[in-house]
Amino acid sequence: MNIILTTIIVLGMTGIVAAVVLWFVAKRFHVYENPRIAEIEELLPGANCGSCGYSGCHAFAVACVEATSLDGIECPITSNATMHEIGEIVGLAAAENTARVAIVKCNGTCENRPPLNRWQGPRSCALEASLYVGQSDCANGCLGCGDCVAACPFDAIAMNQESGLPLVDYGKCVGCGRCVAACPRGVMDLAVFDASKPLVHVACNNHDRGPAAMKVCKVSCIGCGKCVKVCPAGAVAVKEFLAGIDSEKCTGCGTCVEACPRNSITSYNKES
Amino acid sequence: MKELTISLSPHVHSGRTLDRCMWNVVIALIPTFAVAVWTFGAPALWVVLTSVAACLATEYAIERWLFHRPCTLTNGSALITGLLLGFNLPSILPLWMVIIGGVVAVGIGKMSFGGLGQNIWNPALVGRVFLLLSFPAAMTTWPAVQSGMDAATGATVQADASTGATLLAQLNAGHDSMDGAHLMDMLVGHMNGSLGEVGSIAILLGLVYLLCTRTITWHIPVSVLASAAFFSWAFGGNPLLDLLAGGLLLGAVFMATDYVTSPMTHAGQILFGICIGAITMVIRRFGSYPEGVSFAILLMNSFVPLINRYMHPHVLGERRKKK
Amino acid sequence: MKTFRRGGVHPDPSKITADVPIAPLAASAKVELPLSQCIGAPSVPVVKPGDAVVAGQMVAKAGGFVGAPVHSPVSGTVKKIEKTRSPQGLWQETVIIEADPESVNPQPLAGRADELKPEDLKLEPSEIVKRISEAGIVGLGGATFPTHVKLSIPDGKKAEMIIINGAECEPYLTCDDRLMRTCAAQIISGTKLLMRAVGVDRAIVGIEENKPEAIEAMRFAATVSPGIEVVELKKRYPQGGEKQLIEALTGREVPMGGLPVDVGCVVDNVATAYAVFDAVCRRRPLTQRVVTVTGPSLTNPGNFLVPFGTPISRLIEAAGGLPDDTGKVIAGGPMMGRAVSNLDAPTTKGLGGILVLPESMSRRPAVQPCIRCAKCVEACPMGLEPYLLASLSRLGRYEDAARRTIMGCIECGCCSYSCPSGRPILDFIKLGKLNLRKKK
Repeated sequence: MNIILTTIIVLGMTGIVAAVVLWFVAKRFHVYENPRIAEIEELLPGANCGSCGYSGCHAFAVACVEATSLDGIECPITSNATMHEIGEIVGLAAAENTARVAIVKCNGTCENRPPLNRWQGPRSCALEASLYVGQSDCANGCLGCGDCVAACPFDAIAMNQESGLPLVDYGKCVGCGRCVAACPRGVMDLAVFDASKPLVHVACNNHDRGPAAMKVCKVSCIGCGKCVKVCPAGAVAVKEFLAGIDSEKCTGCGTCVEACPRNSITSYNKES
Repeated sequence: MKELTISLSPHVHSGRTLDRCMWNVVIALIPTFAVAVWTFGAPALWVVLTSVAACLATEYAIERWLFHRPCTLTNGSALITGLLLGFNLPSILPLWMVIIGGVVAVGIGKMSFGGLGQNIWNPALVGRVFLLLSFPAAMTTWPAVQSGMDAATGATVQADASTGATLLAQLNAGHDSMDGAHLMDMLVGHMNGSLGEVGSIAILLGLVYLLCTRTITWHIPVSVLASAAFFSWAFGGNPLLDLLAGGLLLGAVFMATDYVTSPMTHAGQILFGICIGAITMVIRRFGSYPEGVSFAILLMNSFVPLINRYMHPHVLGERRKKK
Repeated sequence: MKTFRRGGVHPDPSKITADVPIAPLAASAKVELPLSQCIGAPSVPVVKPGDAVVAGQMVAKAGGFVGAPVHSPVSGTVKKIEKTRSPQGLWQETVIIEADPESVNPQPLAGRADELKPEDLKLEPSEIVKRISEAGIVGLGGATFPTHVKLSIPDGKKAEMIIINGAECEPYLTCDDRLMRTCAAQIISGTKLLMRAVGVDRAIVGIEENKPEAIEAMRFAATVSPGIEVVELKKRYPQGGEKQLIEALTGREVPMGGLPVDVGCVVDNVATAYAVFDAVCRRRPLTQRVVTVTGPSLTNPGNFLVPFGTPISRLIEAAGGLPDDTGKVIAGGPMMGRAVSNLDAPTTKGLGGILVLPESMSRRPAVQPCIRCAKCVEACPMGLEPYLLASLSRLGRYEDAARRTIMGCIECGCCSYSCPSGRPILDFIKLGKLNLRKKK
């Protein structure tokens, strides 16, 4: 009996002492954090992709709570509804945010742009771009080593083995823009994408003059400007011999796709 | 136009490949192998062949059916593991134990970490120590060697001792004097012990070959041997006997110098060697095992990541701390 | 014999063109002069299409203090100023000149008659630097750093000696060797001018032991020049690396992130010293250089004196044409040179050699796992740990790599050269450096 009692007392005392120490430590080293930060973090995707401009989702939540206005603070990869919820938590109006996705501004497949030399060594777009023009003569096109694939935190880009080009999975892409930053050639870009209209973009990034561009690739944009003329929405402009479609103005009618003599413009429909 | 190859510099290679380094070690092991067969006869041959076969088969099986990687037997690393394991066994060890040793050495010692270059401990020693701890009696039973050696020690079957037991055990018992005949026996391989430990001259030949082909640098073997000799002397032993008897030479030349499990910098390698020598002598003098090379090397293998973490070479132009 | 202390490798020297005298090679009718021929700001064209130019006329002025003008090697008419492709196929702004057929030959190298005149040595140091700067001289060892910038010692620093780099440790290349044998007196004169320009009375010429003729010629030329010492160096790569050379010759270590002048040295290549002589004494701008065209399967490898703007393909033609088994063409030496994808690109100031490797030699060894053999650590002349830097960089841990001084890497290639597993160590280190520079 005595043993049992002693055990209970000793263990109980140890427990109490430990509890006191823990309580004291917790009090002494307590860091106050606005509970709304945790609330907002719950709503965020938690991918820490950094596309909002902050170092991660936690930093973004802190910024939301500390902000006096939500202008310019937005998580590009959540829906508008989520941003509204965040707005409600901090008592501010959230800006409307348009869903964007990554687009590949190159269609230089092996057929369109046959390889002219052979690269040996680890495949890295950054390395190849630092040394030379790439396996074709196109100085702006995709190098095909998949730096964008490695950069994507959402596993939304994969290398198409046949074409040697990255393929964006629009079911997964949230438009965080990591691939845009990773591409040394500026082949990746973001475009507005909503289900109501097809995604039309110029699948070329070649800034060379027409003849030079024509030489390096079968489907290069030569900046002829036909698409500018036919576009009913005035969404296309040619800059430095390269057509670009303003995806916000674009209605997805596809007139330019038909008109392009070089087949440089592609259209992607969510249903297809 | 012709399709040109593009790559970053450098555009030439020394031509010293992994395979060549590994095969150099295999070549360096040949004299030791020859002495073992000459001393112990056919059983030695069978032990080594079984050990090699077990290691190669384990590596092949794991690469092929577990990792689904191209088979890498030709680089010789499994062959070296097999040879070294065989050299660390008594010639009369039952062959099924040898097979267990080989499977453990490659399977657990190497492949469980991811294969070549990933392991922390020397695979052959992992296999050897596994056998030593699992089958202590069998691992410390040596055949009698017919030689000019003291008949009593040569014929005695030691039941509770480890490698090189006869001589080392004798040493521990207080016979620390050596006469010329003993020394000669130890040099040419007429003594008791595991297969590869007996021919000191053969091992030194291998060392010279490895140094000449620049497969290894002098840092590890020399520091192991020097430190062992020093501590042997400091503990009141006979340094020469301690160097030649037992597995110290074999360990210093072939096991401690294993690329994968030794430090990256020269300074680190010397520290590594000194510690191996010291631990070996501490185990030999004060431990319950008369032999401690395997344990010393395995122990120091564990410290290699730590050594690599803190011992860096001097960077050219980086100021040494002054004042 | 002097050498640097740590690391280094001994690649096969393969100096197959060492005994081939320098041969002049005429420019082609169309001379392309890229505007970025030096480290620093690209040059700004001062001519328009249609303008007539004469040989030696400046066609583009320096784009800033760290920059150098570009001169036309030929007389003719400016056709166009447009983008052409570099040897690596990248676009570069270029002045294209249609040459008069009688002006395409290179200027002959300085002969016995072209000696340093006593009044040249009385020139004000600033005048010497001005002439060097106007002549568009850049470091001809390959780094193409404008020479006048090197000679303008920053405040608070003090130069103590000039070091002339004649090591030529890259395998295959022999252009400096040949130049030293042919124009030793002029190189020594150029050295004297450099010494006067920075106000020092000491110069060391470092030459690797495998060039005995060059050493003898340079020693002979320097006999009557007090203060100039010709030192034989051990054959060991990268003996000609700036920091290694300074360490070998003076025992001083250039501090990490510092410049040679921090330890009182100004390092120039022998070809640069020759160009200085040409610029100051003969008032000739830098419009040509000696280029080694070499390779195991070329039928007529040699050393050619070529005007800038000559296509690389023309050089290869002069050396016997591109062999059938060609696998790789390299601008520079095999250790640090850059692979060429466009053979029509023009030669520039920084191009000292064209190396044509056969298919069998242009394949990299198969990549095997790192066995931590420490060969790269032994080989690194900077005392870095290449295996560690390469894996950190491969894993994207660039900050950690920076902490282990990845930026101290001189990209000599000793690590990849000596790796028995054939791992692309330097590739990954370059990737890490690239990403760290991008972040800054």
